Amino acid sequence: MWRYLPVLLVLCFWQILCFLGTVPNYVLPSPIEIMEGLGTLLTTGMPPGHLLHNHILYSLYRVGWGFSIACALGIPLGLLMGWFPLFHRVLSPFVELIRPIPPLAWIPIAIVWLGIGIRSAAFIIFLGAFFPLLLNTASGVLSVNPILIDAARTLNATQKDIFFKVLLPGSLPSIFVGMRVGMGVAWMTLVAAEFSGVKDGYGLGFMIMTARDIQKPDQILAGMLIIGMIGFIIDWLFRAWESKIRPSV
Amino acid sequence: MHLELIGLGKTFADGKQSREIPAISSVNLRVEQGQLVSIVGPSGCGKSTLLRIISGLEKSFEGKVLLDGQEIVKPTNDVGLVFQQYALFPWRTMCENIEFGLEIMGMCKEERRAIAEKYIHLFGMQGFEDRYPCQLSGGMQQRVAIARTLIMNPKLVLMDEPFGSLDSQTRNDMQEFLMDLRRERNDTILFVTHNVDEAVFLSDRIVVLSKRPAKSLRIFELIAPHPRDRTSKESNDIRREVIGILRQERISPSPAAN
Repeated sequence: MWRYLPVLLVLCFWQILCFLGTVPNYVLPSPIEIMEGLGTLLTTGMPPGHLLHNHILYSLYRVGWGFSIACALGIPLGLLMGWFPLFHRVLSPFVELIRPIPPLAWIPIAIVWLGIGIRSAAFIIFLGAFFPLLLNTASGVLSVNPILIDAARTLNATQKDIFFKVLLPGSLPSIFVGMRVGMGVAWMTLVAAEFSGVKDGYGLGFMIMTARDIQKPDQILAGMLIIGMIGFIIDWLFRAWESKIRPSV
Repeated sequence: MHLELIGLGKTFADGKQSREIPAISSVNLRVEQGQLVSIVGPSGCGKSTLLRIISGLEKSFEGKVLLDGQEIVKPTNDVGLVFQQYALFPWRTMCENIEFGLEIMGMCKEERRAIAEKYIHLFGMQGFEDRYPCQLSGGMQQRVAIARTLIMNPKLVLMDEPFGSLDSQTRNDMQEFLMDLRRERNDTILFVTHNVDEAVFLSDRIVVLSKRPAKSLRIFELIAPHPRDRTSKESNDIRREVIGILRQERISPSPAAN
């Protein structure tokens, strides 16, 4: 834990600067004020009555939907793209054209199509997570050593056996990379998607935008801290899951 | 059981120049039950391609591969193939690798585990069952690969330079291990190698192939009983002769050059 010592020192320095009034606290609140802001988010809520844990639950709910749909479509399509060269050739031009459009640029059309609410938010998150999942899965299949497929064939494996017992486990490390990158993008996309309005008044992005509207930088920064920490915890959970089911290497 | 190769040939299409490059031209060979036949030849002469054809992995080729008179056109449990690079599944433990073929057959877990245990015992690999390939030495990995092939009891075992990437001490150990195994099981083995010493130590017959396009140049029958003395006069004579043919092949002008 010694490697976090420099962070601690910077926090102390920051606190001192704020204490001396070198930095005005309406621009940058001190670490202690941010902690107090966090306390307010937990107890009073922002806007008042809308408590932090509910914001977190709503955000996770949206990400859960968008990410699940991205997995359900991206992983199978990625496997097919890696396995069938023809499918790869047909799908690639679409991917190349659509992928460079930032997910956030889809927000207006998503609202036109799906209205403001969980469906459009989930759609934006889906777009963010889908392409990393699709492309990592496809490249995972392509990276499976062809000699392993030959070995399976000489042991009388059918196409179905090769798919489920060679290609799928062989591309699992890449699928995990895709899930971690996809989840990272999904989480980033979520907060921005919530800026543009949520119907039910909950969500971490909505929360910090509301805090901005009423000039509460301590609560904005506390909210940012929470968003970062949840992203970190989710990534940590994925890594723990991966090392549990793939105990080698 | 016997294997017959009749006029086996293979050409690869050279995409860039849209011409055909012959890799193998009319190889004829007969392998009898219980024999170990080695194939040696200059590097890149198509030895591996020959094994891929016999194993049924290659789709297009000329001639016929007959196993007990039955033509082989696709991979089957009757023909096993051991690769130089082991080709173990890195996400499976040793035991799960060995069981792979039985699992494909649909055998239940207890049954295949019991059979795999027998092979692990026979191969002297107890205590490593739950290790992953990357946690095993090269020699051990190749033993796992051989066990994975032999557990299917193929009529014919093809080995493609199986000891080619092992250090020379491990290589010698593995050659002796293979000889012990043959005393135990009497498998029929077609063994590709570029190592003449290895061929002379192991084989009942040695087939010397020419350079590309490969055809068989000469067949040696080796009658010395096993275990053989690697440095006996008889071994040395054959070795000298084989090496002489291979050197001649290397320096003679290539027919593919014109």
